[in-house]
Amino acid sequence: MTPKLRAFGAFWYDFLIGDDWRVAIGVVLALAATAAVSRTKVSSWWITPAAVALLLGMTVWRATRRRSRT
Amino acid sequence: MTVWALFAAVFLACTVEAVEATTIVLAAGTSRDWRSALVGVAAAIVVLAVAVVALGPAIGVLPIQSLRLFVGGFLLVFGLQWLRKAVLRAGGYKALHDEDEIFRKQLAEAPAASTRSLGVVADWYAFTLSFKGVLLEGLEVVFIVLTFGSNERNIPIAGIAALAAIAVVACAGALLRAPLARVPENALKFAVGTLLTSFGMFWGAEGAGAQWPGSDAALLAIIPLTVLLAIGLVAALRLARQRSVSLVAVGASERSEAVQQ
Repeated sequence: MTPKLRAFGAFWYDFLIGDDWRVAIGVVLALAATAAVSRTKVSSWWITPAAVALLLGMTVWRATRRRSRT
Repeated sequence: MTVWALFAAVFLACTVEAVEATTIVLAAGTSRDWRSALVGVAAAIVVLAVAVVALGPAIGVLPIQSLRLFVGGFLLVFGLQWLRKAVLRAGGYKALHDEDEIFRKQLAEAPAASTRSLGVVADWYAFTLSFKGVLLEGLEVVFIVLTFGSNERNIPIAGIAALAAIAVVACAGALLRAPLARVPENALKFAVGTLLTSFGMFWGAEGAGAQWPGSDAALLAIIPLTVLLAIGLVAALRLARQRSVSLVAVGASERSEAVQQ
């Protein structure tokens, strides 16, 4: 039963989180920061696009470094 | 977001998933037993329909602000995964998705598997292969339909777009009886990754309380800027790859000159 449960968990992890968990964490933090800044008078729309540019660049960079090391 | 934009986004995304599922079903049907493979498809569709019926109304009950935050967040994570893979493939750091190769692999593995029948299913292997393929790719279709559809409060249009994509790909697969290798899958994944990321950004930030300049019209800037970002990363990867190849070539020629001396 345990291997099946593990496979089930692995499927959902891969489906929702994917190859780089840092991206998921980054998205959560970016949206949390947007929510926090939105409560002030400062404009907050730019936070998510900036985070996306940073996260995509970082995850691609990490993947290429890992591949060039192997 | 207009009805046509919703239709186009869901249609494109579901086409990619349908191409992958069709390859698996074709392999199961061609190498083993068509009837069992098609029963597998039908069984997977029933499971997916139950998921839509169960989740669709539940999602519809959520307040729009929370819905946009959660759905936007998920779309953003999902879209960034797609875009990451597409950028790495286009930059030459990851092998291209080859439907021909997948089809050949499935065909090679199929004869070795045991032939077991169960009830109306004559070939259990063909059934499970196509059931799993359609269910896994179909789950992504369900996710796309529910997220895009519920955000725009128009699940029927999203559903019709998904069904249209599946029908077009299934008809093409049935006519060709071969994997749809000519579909530019990486280009499609690039486009879909861009759309998922852009809509994820838009809805996620809006759900978190941000006010986009120009409201819905902001998407007209978000989508092209996301494309530019991805294209810029691909160009940087290609440049880095070319440089490392030339460095290796220079190193090799210097070594051979040293050996000759």
